[in-house]
Amino acid sequence: MQQGFGAGVSGGLETKKKQNQMNRPAEVLGGQPGDVGAGLAIGPGVGDFFALMKPRVMSLVIFTALVGMLAAPGSLHPVLGFIAVLSIAVGAGASGALNMWYDADIDRHMARTAARPIPRGLVTETEALTFGTVMAVTSVLTLGVLVNWVAGGLLALTIAFYVFIYTMWLKRRTPQNIVIGGASGAFPPMIGWAAVTGNVSIESIVLFLIIFMWTPPHFWALALYRCRDYERVGVPMLPVVAGLQETRRQIVIYSLLLVPVAASPAFIGLGGVVYGVTSAVLGAIFLWLAFRVYRITEGREADKAAKQLFGFSIFYLFALFAVLLGEHLAARLVPLLG
Amino acid sequence: MSEEKDKAHVSQAELTEAQVEELRLKRQKLRSIAIAVGLVLLVVLFYVATIVRLGGNVLNRSI
Repeated sequence: MQQGFGAGVSGGLETKKKQNQMNRPAEVLGGQPGDVGAGLAIGPGVGDFFALMKPRVMSLVIFTALVGMLAAPGSLHPVLGFIAVLSIAVGAGASGALNMWYDADIDRHMARTAARPIPRGLVTETEALTFGTVMAVTSVLTLGVLVNWVAGGLLALTIAFYVFIYTMWLKRRTPQNIVIGGASGAFPPMIGWAAVTGNVSIESIVLFLIIFMWTPPHFWALALYRCRDYERVGVPMLPVVAGLQETRRQIVIYSLLLVPVAASPAFIGLGGVVYGVTSAVLGAIFLWLAFRVYRITEGREADKAAKQLFGFSIFYLFALFAVLLGEHLAARLVPLLG
Repeated sequence: MSEEKDKAHVSQAELTEAQVEELRLKRQKLRSIAIAVGLVLLVVLFYVATIVRLGGNVLNRSI
């Protein structure tokens, strides 16, 4: 089954250039051969490059990296802290741009991604590749030189993992793509932690694991109601390869693993009582929504259940990290206020 | 700015070549400004970060 999809994907890759030719609006006004959508010949705007960086994903990366920095023992000069967050954000944006460059051939066939700058013809593939590469190198060098090389190295690993391991290797070959590839989204708090301490510790690994375990149920909930998109472009997402019911079962399994992992900061001293209570309550809701997805398998209600889990999963991760942030900020500010 | 954006999204047929050229130059100028701002910001960041990292040691040097 997987091999079949692998073959389909290879076929898709071979036709990538042909599709680009077909989708190229016009060379009349100066578009370069191979440049998708250069037809308007007015070139990309600054905002189009910003859109390449996946601003919404970037905001979550900034937030989790900030939590990693503030939860870490020790301190970092605010200027260096700002540089660390900026570098991590730009690094994440660079990954997004390189992902959009590589996936341009399938993005234009999926409803969720068809409005991205390359499918719309606002930015050429060459421009996206150049922009992503320059941003990636700049962000890693800046973080390494100005903050420390453990953080810089982790940022380089994150970008490489997302671009080479997830985007180029796993995404089109295995239904486990987001399970393994999810690691790249889990690194930012670890980078933030390393920016302050200069090392990787058990606490930062726990922060990594929370996002790592959260990614599969989060993404598979989305894939449940977007599986036709993935099927059309030959991406072997779990619902496409193993079926909807198996995906629902996997969502429940990963949710059951996620909840204790998410509660663990309360037991290792990384989170306090408020965090413990929040993770327990939100974890119970997460499990309830996951079981609803498992139970409701027919009609619009099934899609609705999946959408509810997807929406709640975003809130869940945000809330857990927000409480951690609040607790650590309070611990730092209360002594100052006397 | 929004007018420019609107123009960018209308089809090629609705724009004259002169209008296209005008938009192209305007966008090129904005991209150049953005690159310049980015480079200046990078230089300032490196300068400030160097001062911060050196701290009081800036003054502890043999003359």
